[in-house]
Amino acid sequence: MDPAAPPETSLLRSLAVQRRVLYALMMREIITRFGRQNLGVLWVFVEPMIFTVGVAALWTALGMNHGSNIPIVAFAITGYSSVLLWRNCTNHSLGAVASNLNLLYHRNVRVIDIFLVRSMLEITGATASFAILSILSISMGWMAPPIDPLQVLFGWALLAWFGTSLALLIGAAAAYSHIVEKLWPPSAYLLFPLSGAAFMVDWLPTRLQEIVLLLPMVHAVEILREGYFGNVVRTHYDAGYLAAFCLVLSLVGLYMVREAARRVEAQ
Amino acid sequence: MISIEDVCKTYDTRFGPRTVLDRVNLRLERGRNVGILGRNGAGKSTLIRLISGAEHPTSGRIRRHMSVSWPLAFGGAFQVHLTGLDNLKFVCRIYGVDYKPLIPFVEDFTELGVYFREPVHHYSNGMLTRLAFALSMAVEFDCFLIDEAMVVGDARFHERCHVELFQKRKDRAFILVTHDPEVIRLYCQSACVLHQGRLHTFDSVDKAYDFYQSSTP
Repeated sequence: MDPAAPPETSLLRSLAVQRRVLYALMMREIITRFGRQNLGVLWVFVEPMIFTVGVAALWTALGMNHGSNIPIVAFAITGYSSVLLWRNCTNHSLGAVASNLNLLYHRNVRVIDIFLVRSMLEITGATASFAILSILSISMGWMAPPIDPLQVLFGWALLAWFGTSLALLIGAAAAYSHIVEKLWPPSAYLLFPLSGAAFMVDWLPTRLQEIVLLLPMVHAVEILREGYFGNVVRTHYDAGYLAAFCLVLSLVGLYMVREAARRVEAQ
Repeated sequence: MISIEDVCKTYDTRFGPRTVLDRVNLRLERGRNVGILGRNGAGKSTLIRLISGAEHPTSGRIRRHMSVSWPLAFGGAFQVHLTGLDNLKFVCRIYGVDYKPLIPFVEDFTELGVYFREPVHHYSNGMLTRLAFALSMAVEFDCFLIDEAMVVGDARFHERCHVELFQKRKDRAFILVTHDPEVIRLYCQSACVLHQGRLHTFDSVDKAYDFYQSSTP
């Protein structure tokens, strides 16, 4: 058998190559980012956990649930975990191409693989952090278990899709122009307070609700929180709008990645 | 077979686009080899990058019906934060090869000793080149890409490379780029000259040599 490249490309073979490349890149990413010292790969979820715990403590102290009947710990954990999910994906896509340029000499490694691996890693970290914190808080009695876990999962999955497709777009755009690298971090920072993490749409005046609901992540957080708290909260969302937004974003992102890959200059 | 069809490569510079390769055509059958002569800056390394797939042509296409290596002994295709062993594992995972049986060969060839398990950024240039060459040999490609300028080392290293590549793997195809006509005479069945963006093909190495001498002062 010739292991290096297929003489003919069947779908199955392509999938096998794809799986191999993603696995190799994932292992590489884990070793270079987290190293083998101290916690090693565990940092992938320990870091977001530290973030979330800090923010949850801060919000509890500040009473960020604004006197509503939502338990504050659960409000903070659902909110801040959601932010980390889409924001980490995008932040890590910024320098992805630049720091992996030399791997493109291996022909099976393509620019899209580099983005996909980074998003997969971030999604894994954010998901593990969210799950562990939830289980911990539930067992300590700080928050009740979710009313509808499936709906929580649904909202989470949509948000992960949004994060991944936004990461493709931002990462590819950064490969085009360094301005994107400069503009994205402040944009992400400004989007955070608007992203639905720190408020429920229902608390806002109607006029403001309409504006905020233009942002896709707000819909996802509302879906997730309805699943978590059930009828205690009044939610406003449109899953169709969110899905349509993600679909268009994915297509634009994939197109941008293809264009960026054509222009990439190896060393 | 590899076929390069009307490939152009243009880079954007501050003084406008600059064409490095202009309608280049080349065909290489399985088991055959070709040497490409060119002066510094003629576009040899660009051509190698395009064939390896690290970059894409601006226009034209490259078809590969056999497996093609990354540029031989090229240390740049690796991760300096990883150890030599991690790089071996990485390359093997990418190409679907089991790395365990290869460890003795790589350790023996590279003579890295304990450094095999140290991050690559602690390596000297010579160590990096030896590792890079050994990893290129770890995957059994149908066609090797050789940029002669990259394979730097002492006489002993060259001798060992020679054995691995031209004796043990003499059934493979390769594309060798160099500015040194003697290297081509020594190793290649046919030769081309890359001059001012165009690739000139010749049916004999001698004719290529004559053209190279007369066209480039």
